[in-house]
Amino acid sequence: MQQALAATISILFDGVAYAMLLFIISVGLSITMGLMGFANLAHGAFAMMGGYALVSLMLTLSVPFLPALALAAVIVAIISIPFERFLYRKLYKSGELDQVLLSIGLVFMTTAAITYLYGPSTVSVPVPDFLTGQIDLGFSTFPTYRIFTIVVGFAMMIALWFGFERTIVGAKIRAAVDNRRMAQSIGIDVDKLFVLAFALGSGMAALGGGLAIEIIGMSPNFALTYLVFFLIVVAVGGLGSIRGAFVAALILGIIDTAGKYLWPDGGAFFIYALTVAILLVKPEGLFGKA
Amino acid sequence: MKPILETRNLVKRFGALAVTRDVNLSLQKGARHALIGPNGAGKTTLVNLITGVLRPNGGQVLLDGADVTHRTQAERVKRGLARTFQINQLFRELTVLENVVMSVAERTGAAATLWRRASTNTAAIDEAMEILTRLNLDDHALTPVRKLPYGRQRLVEIAITLGQRPVVLLLDEPAAGVPSAESHIILDVIGGLADDIAILIIEHDMDIVFRFAKSITVLVSGGVLVEGTPDEIARDPRVKAVYLGEQADV
Amino acid sequence: MNGLENLRARSEAARAYFVARESWRWSEALPWVAAIAAFFVFPDYMALGTQILIAVIFALSLDLILGYAGIITLGHAAYFGAGAYATGMLSAHLGWGEPISAMLFGGLIAGLLGFVSGWVLLRYHGLTLLMLTLATAILLLEASNAAEHWTGGFDGLVGISIWPLFGVFENDLWGKTYYWYALGVLFLCFLCARRIVHSPFGRSLVGIKSNVARMHAVGTPVHFRLVAIYTISAAMAGIAGGLFAESNAYVTLDVLSFARSGAVLIMLVVGGVGRLYGAFLGPVVFLILEDELAKLSPEFWQFGIGLLLVVVVLFFRGGLLGAADALRDRLKRGRRP
Repeated sequence: MQQALAATISILFDGVAYAMLLFIISVGLSITMGLMGFANLAHGAFAMMGGYALVSLMLTLSVPFLPALALAAVIVAIISIPFERFLYRKLYKSGELDQVLLSIGLVFMTTAAITYLYGPSTVSVPVPDFLTGQIDLGFSTFPTYRIFTIVVGFAMMIALWFGFERTIVGAKIRAAVDNRRMAQSIGIDVDKLFVLAFALGSGMAALGGGLAIEIIGMSPNFALTYLVFFLIVVAVGGLGSIRGAFVAALILGIIDTAGKYLWPDGGAFFIYALTVAILLVKPEGLFGKA
Repeated sequence: MKPILETRNLVKRFGALAVTRDVNLSLQKGARHALIGPNGAGKTTLVNLITGVLRPNGGQVLLDGADVTHRTQAERVKRGLARTFQINQLFRELTVLENVVMSVAERTGAAATLWRRASTNTAAIDEAMEILTRLNLDDHALTPVRKLPYGRQRLVEIAITLGQRPVVLLLDEPAAGVPSAESHIILDVIGGLADDIAILIIEHDMDIVFRFAKSITVLVSGGVLVEGTPDEIARDPRVKAVYLGEQADV
Repeated sequence: MNGLENLRARSEAARAYFVARESWRWSEALPWVAAIAAFFVFPDYMALGTQILIAVIFALSLDLILGYAGIITLGHAAYFGAGAYATGMLSAHLGWGEPISAMLFGGLIAGLLGFVSGWVLLRYHGLTLLMLTLATAILLLEASNAAEHWTGGFDGLVGISIWPLFGVFENDLWGKTYYWYALGVLFLCFLCARRIVHSPFGRSLVGIKSNVARMHAVGTPVHFRLVAIYTISAAMAGIAGGLFAESNAYVTLDVLSFARSGAVLIMLVVGGVGRLYGAFLGPVVFLILEDELAKLSPEFWQFGIGLLLVVVVLFFRGGLLGAADALRDRLKRGRRP
């Protein structure tokens, strides 16, 4: 009994940490897909760029962890702007197929470039002392780094919620997600809004990528390997919904962790089965608009 | 005489908003009926309910006495219902001919064959050409639809429905978007349609309405305000008020 | 009377338009001539050649649903893999190695799977459909992984032993027999695809892709048509998979992978979607490039294919065939005074 309880807590904890990573990376994708309807499979590439930027900043430029994390997010956010301006913008009117293909092409190019620059193996960064080790929460001890990740995830959720619900910019984005044409007709500059949302989303993905290094690992295959998961979070959560991305990430993170723990050979099965089940019943996602 | 198209207490809600409220409509064979009303009255919604694009929250739709309220669009088409759209819904990259062949082949069932070449479907091709000739579109038969001026495209929209040999035809603002210099072409075609087809026209252009309609229904905020002959409608003070923006009791 | 003659003349012209589109052109002999010539010009590459032909059949099956019916799927490998495993298991577990029937069995199983999954999934559109096709293929892969006893799991299915074709032709080390076998199967599949595409059914698929609202309004049973072509496509993909199992005598989970679904999609798009022959050109270009560039370095290949994809999407919407057409049109226009 004691064993089962300990296992459950462990699964929940790891699952939530994993979920926070998925949330931080995917929420930007959910917003941009909800805003522009653009099927961007390359979102994971920005996460990957964030991870590798962190590596370079810390190992080559000796920037300490926390500032490097923030800096990596900013750098990738800025890099993402020309991607939107010169590539994605051309395809807003095109069909899904073109968008899917363009973004897959970009993932391939990014993956190849990173393999060339950094080599094919997984990378790691020296995590600062205050984030290593364990914290004793009374009933059990937990790795500090994962607690940190969970805290960052929740903080991000609260910050985003506040930003979207309480600021004017947030209201404009929500309006544009809800009905783009209507928003434009009342004078909202949807194009500029989109660049902002895109950069923000890419920056957050980069942050998630940086955090991911010490939890799920980072290698040039990251973008392709986790592509499906980011898409699942967005599709199951519902396009354009922060709450949806959060809930879907939690479901995905916990169930995937539980599945891998309880059934090491076939645990991944559950998450795909659940995704299919949810989408069959609610094709717009849990919190998407029908 | 049994009506060929009938709606009974048709209701449609989007959330808390009732866009169609207890609409009773009845068309006889060969009817020339117009549906008018201010913007947002729910005219296109009503057509969508009749054709099956939308499902009602209450009430019934009957085609020649048969209840089709829960039948799919395709099933209603098989019973002789056809419609045009307010904004052209054509196969833009295909030729005018193919647009019409598409609907003829569907009606005759030829569209389900996958082992014979489309060119052997001479019956459909000939019938399509005959329809195009009637509508003076035969010169453009092999032109891709997107290259035609909008007015001609609007005619193709009607040609497609004629390929369905409808018993009831719903025309959603057939002259909408057509430059006034070309609108008479549309009007001539509508005027020349067979006497036994029951036609319901949604229109804003009162000239067209009073030229073609033998009876008119006025729809306001989703409900029927009044129904009658063109003369009665023209003289009705409530209708005038609605169009001039004053309050109207529905 | 003049009017009636006029009408008859116009009807003849109309019919001629359809006939012209359907009739065989001289240029259509090119791919077949090239395939036959390749046997004599590149005798050492017949193993690769066979895999290219198999990929062409797979890409052809995708073109039927993507190019003509407009169904976008990221999971078409599910049917390729189902066919491969069905054919492989027939030999490995039941000892039946007659090549043609085993391949057709693979097609049958894949077709059944296509029918069932299509019936459920094709009610959805857009991102939802994309995710569902992707997830379904992954589910099949995970299930195959779990069913190790049948599929060999991660290590792959071994023990596939295919009998000589027609009792006479063995699969030799240089893959020569199988090249002709695959070419023959491709030819038959192509004839079917071509006939379907030029039929009224095929034209109705084009209508569905062009304007589904209009098709509903003219009474088309849209869902039924889509399921029908999806089933046919799945069966053809399964035939390609069956050939794959036979020619390699080995099947691994990779036949069901997202990578394979993605690759066939890329091949078709690079060649040109919706014209059948794009399915010929795409795999040839892709697989030959892969063979050459991957030797230099895998990153070089990956970067190259990514770049090609981006360029095709931005500038060459119709793929390489589309670009060739545009070039030919420009030359024609240039020649006129």
